[in-house]
Amino acid sequence: MPEADPNVRNKSNLEVNKGLTLEMALSESHRCLDCAVPTCIVGCPVGTNIPKFIKYLEAGDVLGAAEVLKENNSLPAICGRVCPQEIQCEAQCFYVKKLSKEGAAIGHLERFVADYAREHGPTTIPALAEPNGIKMAVIGSGPAGLTVAGELAKFGYDVTVFEALHDLGGVLKYGIPEFRLPKSIVDYEINTIKNMGVKFITNFIVGKTASIADLKEEGYVAFFIASGAGLPNFMNIPGENYNGIQSANEFLTRVNLMGGGNKDFDTPVHTGKNVVVVGGGNTAMDSVRTAKRMGAERAIIMYRRTMEEMPARAEEIKHAIEEGIEFINLASPIEYFADERGKINKMRVQKMELGEPDASGRRRPVVIEGSEYDIDVDSVVIAVGVSPNPIIQQSMPELEITKWNTIKVDGNMMTSIPGLFAGGDIVRGGATVILAMGDGRKAASGMHSYVQADVLAKV
Amino acid sequence: MFKIIEKKFLSENVARLIIEAPYIAKSRRAGHFIILRIDKNGERIPLTISDADVEKGTISLIVQRVGVSSHKLCAMNAGDFILDVVGPLGKATHIANVGTVLCAGGGVGVAPLFPIVQAMKIAGNRVITIIAARNKDLVILENEMAEYSDELIVMTDDGSKGTKGLVTQGMEEVILREKINEAIVIGPAVMMKFAALTTKKYDIPTMASLNTIMVDGTGMCGACRVSVGGKTEFVCVDGPEFDAHKVNFDEMLSRLGAYKDKESENYEEYVKSCEATSLN
Repeated sequence: MPEADPNVRNKSNLEVNKGLTLEMALSESHRCLDCAVPTCIVGCPVGTNIPKFIKYLEAGDVLGAAEVLKENNSLPAICGRVCPQEIQCEAQCFYVKKLSKEGAAIGHLERFVADYAREHGPTTIPALAEPNGIKMAVIGSGPAGLTVAGELAKFGYDVTVFEALHDLGGVLKYGIPEFRLPKSIVDYEINTIKNMGVKFITNFIVGKTASIADLKEEGYVAFFIASGAGLPNFMNIPGENYNGIQSANEFLTRVNLMGGGNKDFDTPVHTGKNVVVVGGGNTAMDSVRTAKRMGAERAIIMYRRTMEEMPARAEEIKHAIEEGIEFINLASPIEYFADERGKINKMRVQKMELGEPDASGRRRPVVIEGSEYDIDVDSVVIAVGVSPNPIIQQSMPELEITKWNTIKVDGNMMTSIPGLFAGGDIVRGGATVILAMGDGRKAASGMHSYVQADVLAKV
Repeated sequence: MFKIIEKKFLSENVARLIIEAPYIAKSRRAGHFIILRIDKNGERIPLTISDADVEKGTISLIVQRVGVSSHKLCAMNAGDFILDVVGPLGKATHIANVGTVLCAGGGVGVAPLFPIVQAMKIAGNRVITIIAARNKDLVILENEMAEYSDELIVMTDDGSKGTKGLVTQGMEEVILREKINEAIVIGPAVMMKFAALTTKKYDIPTMASLNTIMVDGTGMCGACRVSVGGKTEFVCVDGPEFDAHKVNFDEMLSRLGAYKDKESENYEEYVKSCEATSLN
């Protein structure tokens, strides 16, 4: 995959991965062996027919390949960019499993096909069933919500998506930065769903602006809750509420959604010369690379284990290193200090070493006593995970939840309340775009069966 | 898009905006707030709903000119549109008949106090309300408060209206005079801090409604976090009302100034651009 120059891109919002050329894509497509039992499909949470789309591509029919992608996946240009293919489809590729070679670059090909179709093909929408006039509500316009909306529209339902923020796309907009997922691509995919007849209402918080009971009165018969994992975790250490210390959600939302750091926008954001991001996941990488782009001289990842255990995608870590991000591994903050105005200026860090494996199978970080030292910082971003958003649960005490406050669902993604389905991070607690989409597909067919049974029962 | 139906200045720097928002008008309860964004380059700012008319589908907001967004908002007029308004947010005030309730509001904090006074009165409480301001020109909602209060005490720092003195002095007089079962204090952080210290002396359960910096208002970012009894809470989803005796007001005050430099810079630019426009 061709990439933008690290020393240019780390000062701009330029997309890092530039995408394959047609020649590169065709050449890579020849590598697909069209296996009799395509294990790659099993590795895809939405069951994309991978060999089929690659064969269309190989035959030079790129638009045909795009049609195949769209059969199971309403957001291929997004998945081609942000899916962790290396642990999903590509990990199941024959080359990897049997030949110990690099797998077919399925993600790169998916992105190429989706981008090519967007740039060169006609604006098409998937085939839709005859409108049946039955109203369905989707709560949240992130990846799970968009997927359900698209699938339900295909079945002919009258679908409305309710979004709490002023802009559509959920984490695809407020979370993932422009340099990894251009917002124009997200808008293009949302427009396709709009063209399928789905209605979108922003500034509407189900559970607050109106309750599910209110919406039932307005004629909605089934609901899909995809309100996301929007409650950032903090570490509860002294000084954590000083100014300049913010959650990754806050930092990224201010920059990505609100234009923070751009002088034409009113929203301010904390940055500085020395920025430390605490955590080792994709959100931490997005935050630290954003801080670098906003002018940080030292943009540092602080992680309590080592590079090997880091949960971020290998590609994100590689890109971060190329862009001049520093890594302080085997370390964790224990206290923050501030100036007389309450603005952070120093953090105290404790060194760690790896002990025995814990429940996650990763070696547990153990504190090295007496290893504390201080670092001068202007700003700190906390990226140590998120918890489920509490609003829907607070508004519906009868809804069954787990001890982690995620919503309980059955095999069809239906909650303890009939007709109320849920998926994505509100069920999983914090996962990926593609797993949320997989939930969406499953829920859409669950909702379809539920409504059909309900309608038939009333005939 | 949310239409402004009416705009009126209540004092030199405080305006009331009545906005068309039928869902919010119907769902809101005392204590709730909204977040709005004026235009596509604007910031998201929280404002308490001071009143609502379910039949007309409107909510009223009271805003004080302090920074760029509040100046822009106060410059808007009936017929103009606000790009985004979302709510009602936060937990509603716990309203119950507890006996005698002392409601104290300082400055523009009188606005969020009004729906609470109203609900407390309707719930059957004896309501004693104190509204305090720097001078007579800054006293707002006097008639509205009088309608729902068994007793209304107006206080000004300079004595230009009502009793001269600080809100805490007025509170203490009432507390010494009769049994108060519950107190509610809303105003600038400093005022709430000292009002809380006053009621603490007499062991009166006290709620404070906090107005912190927010972005999404749905628990997503944590910009609004405060320490309550040593524990971090989010004002947007855990509040906005908390036990006033447990809130760390000093920390809250410091966090309110988090973006002061950038805000002053923005404000100077805004004033310059306004001057440039008026010269043309």
